[in-house]
Amino acid sequence: MSRAIIALGAVALLLAACDREERKLSHESTPASLTPQTRQVGELQPGAQGAGLTEIKTTRSFDPSNAWEMSQGERLFGWYNCAGCHGRNGGGGMGPALMDDRWLYGDKPDQVFQTIMEGRPNGMPSFKGRIPEDQVWQLVAYVRSMSGLAATNAAPSRTDSTGGLAPSQNQLPSAQPYTKPEPKP
Amino acid sequence: MSPLHDALHPAGIQAAHIASLWWFTVVLCAVVFVAILAALFYALRHAPRADAGSLPDMASMDRPEARTERVVVTGVVLSAIGLLALLGASVATDRALATMPLENAVHIEVVGNQWWWAMNYDDPDPSRIFSTANEMHIPVGRPVIVSLKANDVIHSFWVPNLHGKKDLIPGRVNTIQLRADKAGVYRGQCAEFCGLQHAFMAFTVVAEDDAKFQQWADAQRKPAPEPTDAKAKLGHDLFMSGTCMMCHQIQGTTANARKAPDLTHIASRPTLAAGTLPNDPQVLAAWIRDPQKLKPGAQMPAHHVPDDEIDALVAYLETLK
Repeated sequence: MSRAIIALGAVALLLAACDREERKLSHESTPASLTPQTRQVGELQPGAQGAGLTEIKTTRSFDPSNAWEMSQGERLFGWYNCAGCHGRNGGGGMGPALMDDRWLYGDKPDQVFQTIMEGRPNGMPSFKGRIPEDQVWQLVAYVRSMSGLAATNAAPSRTDSTGGLAPSQNQLPSAQPYTKPEPKP
Repeated sequence: MSPLHDALHPAGIQAAHIASLWWFTVVLCAVVFVAILAALFYALRHAPRADAGSLPDMASMDRPEARTERVVVTGVVLSAIGLLALLGASVATDRALATMPLENAVHIEVVGNQWWWAMNYDDPDPSRIFSTANEMHIPVGRPVIVSLKANDVIHSFWVPNLHGKKDLIPGRVNTIQLRADKAGVYRGQCAEFCGLQHAFMAFTVVAEDDAKFQQWADAQRKPAPEPTDAKAKLGHDLFMSGTCMMCHQIQGTTANARKAPDLTHIASRPTLAAGTLPNDPQVLAAWIRDPQKLKPGAQMPAHHVPDDEIDALVAYLETLK
């Protein structure tokens, strides 16, 4: 009897671990309409570390331990040309780097979601109505993984890209807290 | 008319070479197989019979069988001749495949994607280059040079009626040369497992005479017409302001992304979703609403938007002949 319980428990554990690879192919929360929506950029200014963000409404819960979502996010990061401003692997360029631990508008999943949906001052466009919400969540998962915020059991042990380690991989140590450099005397 | 997918009914010189090699191999192997079976049955019939009381036959221990050596030597020589014949035929076929005359060739670049094909028709004049998807028209009797590329994983280009397989490898360019000698519609298929929808990654090859091919190519080069009726206009506006234009391209409009199939002349194509579905308005509407129901895993997201928006989009796409 107790053996059966142990076996059942082991199977349950194994099944629970399958979430990592689960592919949620169809969602109900895709765009409610294709008609152009008003794009608005909030009053936010950078540097507030997410302070002053309003609650966002989304029908979907964010699953930080899903590896498939993260790799889809990586693909979309290239497709939608996020890399054009934020650099391949999030090294930064015209837009801020995404692989460090500085988050101008907050590092929580819903804060990153809001940043992509609403756009931010000084260049970040709003992608509301342009990218379905599900894909924005996938991008959120990938963007957070680049600064080591992904669950270690979900971060990839290798990536599709050639040429060394990518910041989203779990071999890398997580980003060091940013300290303001001492001004030179 | 469903397209042919049959390597034993070659419609081009390359496939004909491969088919004759195939027939040669089959016939030779069949002859060998029948000969071996005949030898086996002969041996079974002519072996001395023993019953429960007879002693084991130890004769071969004392004196080697006189005929064994002759039989073995004959067998080895015949096998060697047969294998050399196969080798020779194979080398000759390879040589014939590699020496197809290439004057006046049509150049097409085929790019494999999960799970569809992009066909880019090259031309020395850049303004005459055009793209389509999952459909390839080729002129009968003219050689076609296909450069093969891949965007994500390894795929394989296979039109059994025209040629053998050739892989599309990310970061590399492979080429395959073929020629259709018989007009017809042939089916091509991805022949290298490439993920969830590998089985539904097909395309259509239409081989037609040169005049018809030029006519088709000229039509494909034209940019998309401006929509005229109100519904199609609404569809156009929705396409340009929403998610569609983030991935798709329609020549002559602001939709210029190259991540998903070119839709400039989608209404003229025979199939949707890489040979998966017939191209008719109802299927197209169902596809836009939720591609995951029709082809799970396809990279296009679902659009649960109001019916009138889907109708308008379909009305617009149907004008893209």
